[in-house]
Amino acid sequence: MSQKSIVLYLHLHQPYRIKHYTVFDTGVDHSYFNSNQDDNTNNEKIIHKITEKSYLPTNQLLLELLNKNKNFKLNLSISGTILEQFQMWAPEVLVSFQELIKTNQVEILAETYYHSLAFFYSKNEFETQVKIHRDKIQELFNYIPQVFRNTELAYNNDLAIWAEQAGYKGILSEGWDPILDWRSPNFVYQPVNTSKIKLLTKNYKLSDDIAFRFGDRNWSEWPLTADKFSHWLSEDKNATNFNLFMDYETFGEHQWDESGIFNFLKHLLKEWLKNPVHDFKTMSELIDQNEPVDKLDMPYTVTWADTERDLSAWLGNNMQTNAINALYSLEPFILSSNNPELVNDWRKLQTSDHFYYMCTKWFNDGDIHAYFSPYNSPYEAYINFMNTFQDLKFRLINQGIIV
Amino acid sequence: MLGWELPPHNSGGLGVASYNICRSLSKSNIDIEFIVPYDSPHNIDFMKVTPATPIDVTSITRSSIAYDSYKYINSDGSEQLLNIYDQQSIYELSVIKLVEDKDFDILHAHDWLTFRAAIRIKELKKIPIILHVHSVESDRAGSKNGNPLVQEIEYLALSMADHIVAVSNRTKDKIIEDYNIPADKIEVIHNSINFDDIEPISNQTAHTYLACLKQNGYKIITSIGRITIQKGLPNLLHALQEVIRRNPKTILLIQGSGEQYNELLGLSADLGIGANVLFTEFQRGKNLRDSLAIGNLFVMPSISEPFGLTALEAIGYGTPVLISKQSGVSEIINHCLKINFWDIKEMINQIHGLINNPALEVELLNNSKQELVNLSWDSSADKIKNLYHKKLLEVST
Repeated sequence: MSQKSIVLYLHLHQPYRIKHYTVFDTGVDHSYFNSNQDDNTNNEKIIHKITEKSYLPTNQLLLELLNKNKNFKLNLSISGTILEQFQMWAPEVLVSFQELIKTNQVEILAETYYHSLAFFYSKNEFETQVKIHRDKIQELFNYIPQVFRNTELAYNNDLAIWAEQAGYKGILSEGWDPILDWRSPNFVYQPVNTSKIKLLTKNYKLSDDIAFRFGDRNWSEWPLTADKFSHWLSEDKNATNFNLFMDYETFGEHQWDESGIFNFLKHLLKEWLKNPVHDFKTMSELIDQNEPVDKLDMPYTVTWADTERDLSAWLGNNMQTNAINALYSLEPFILSSNNPELVNDWRKLQTSDHFYYMCTKWFNDGDIHAYFSPYNSPYEAYINFMNTFQDLKFRLINQGIIV
Repeated sequence: MLGWELPPHNSGGLGVASYNICRSLSKSNIDIEFIVPYDSPHNIDFMKVTPATPIDVTSITRSSIAYDSYKYINSDGSEQLLNIYDQQSIYELSVIKLVEDKDFDILHAHDWLTFRAAIRIKELKKIPIILHVHSVESDRAGSKNGNPLVQEIEYLALSMADHIVAVSNRTKDKIIEDYNIPADKIEVIHNSINFDDIEPISNQTAHTYLACLKQNGYKIITSIGRITIQKGLPNLLHALQEVIRRNPKTILLIQGSGEQYNELLGLSADLGIGANVLFTEFQRGKNLRDSLAIGNLFVMPSISEPFGLTALEAIGYGTPVLISKQSGVSEIINHCLKINFWDIKEMINQIHGLINNPALEVELLNNSKQELVNLSWDSSADKIKNLYHKKLLEVST
């Protein structure tokens, strides 16, 4: 019987939310991300809150599990914007991540520092951001990532070709049924038109069982025990890998401690490893040990969001495309300004969350969008963003860069 | 059913709501006799409209604070100003006489003007009465200090009602707050709109001037409603002063009649924006429709708005809306801009945002229209029908 691996991957990111920024601030106040109000745009407050609820207790548990069992492996992606915020407001969290990495059982993935959609707007900017992220990971963790994940798992053939040329051995995408067709996400694939790089596809059904449905008492499978989950995986006789990709905040923030999520993780480890052919793997290990079973063709961009699995949650309406086009149209001016503050603010505004907040598809996916937005409506999010954008432009004009 | 007005003799949303509720109810085999306080032809075939008094009117306009007095323009052209309190007493007596030899199962009465008649009928006929609250006195007065005579009627009638329908959660809360009525006696049934009732806009708008300005890059802000204290229009003017300073090509159209009309004229002059603010009195028909359609944004900055049907109509006619969070309609429309009526700075911010970002106007309109399509008076009427059944069941057991 061949080896079966759980590939557990947790994604960590927090944006710099723009404070309530009105037309009266444009041209006057050049600080966008420094809300000190007791509101949902207070980035520091949010970091403190999640640190307590999720980051610290989860890392403590993970470290314990990693130390106790050398067969437990884990993959993490950590955006640059969240790393900065840890450094400023929760250095103890950063230390706890450094301890995880030191176990050598944890892999860190490459991505854009600013959690942006730059790949679709400016290759140049995209590559810069990937490099900044790589440098940051090396600086903080003494680690060089080898597998790439793009923001929101936004993936297409072109991205895979880019990643191969950039030297990555693996890349991630959603395991979306219309793309996989008859195939299962539980194998290693290869992107079309590439020769070396391997593609890991998210098993969204199993992932969402944990990330979304775990605490849902109306779910027919509730309560989800480690025993039951482990049994589900065992049922797939041929699979080589189960790609469980989810937000890190699943542990403690999305699923509260009271739901039993921490215990679930603890017991899953025990249950799964009972069988000698079962293990956990880092992505690099999995890629090194498995040949692709088939090629996957994804000409159109696929993401891990919503029922559509496309970019429409970020770029689906006029406000979103208008805002992002306006932002990227400043690129040559911003870069020629040689003003690090301007460049930095411009990049922080590229974070995908800003565009997500402007999403209006509330009728189908509403709850999730509303849950993640600090603004009263997508319209207010847009007004807020555009006021900020106008200020960025004002600063360029003031410096004589745009006339 | 007891009511105060029906189109085309209505002065506002009360008449429109009463009409549409009855039209939808009549589809489910409910026989309705609707008693109005005047005698005029209505083009209505789905129910019997009965005059309580033989006053023949071509139109009724409310003036002063909401219901304080009514101006009746009689069919012979003469005008008559009636004290509203006395008028409702006349209505009460007439209705009592009228229903003496009539048989009906349930009585449904709209707003305080009909409430005394309603409780008299409850005593006489021993049938359940449902009181439909489109606004309470503190809404109309814009503060707690309304007319104590009216408050007494509302208190008494709402206490005696078998059940109460409120047009919004906000109105329900006010009924509880002002009159201590138990919450479980009040059901919220929101007003609505039938998208199919939106009449097509003709190519030739009544607003030749505004259309021309729009062509030349001007942005048009509209606000339509009675010009009374509860509508919060001075705040809108103050906001517009700043919006116009930043975007001189902005025009505000204020349409409606009311006791604040002259005050607002004066205020817009004082603020130095007289040239950018247009006033027109109460309009109907094509003029009204064209006003609802002409704006880039419709603003309803009400201090207190039990519902605010006009906002739905504006969306129907193709104008996105900015409404105060103190309006009932804000409970059922998500795809709009919302502000607290007192927050002039935020009002400026949002109006400015809309004027300068056409994408915002497009998105608001597309999505709010979609919300409108999902609304219908039939679904409001269904809830009323269920309430009737429940009350009749209670009587028979």
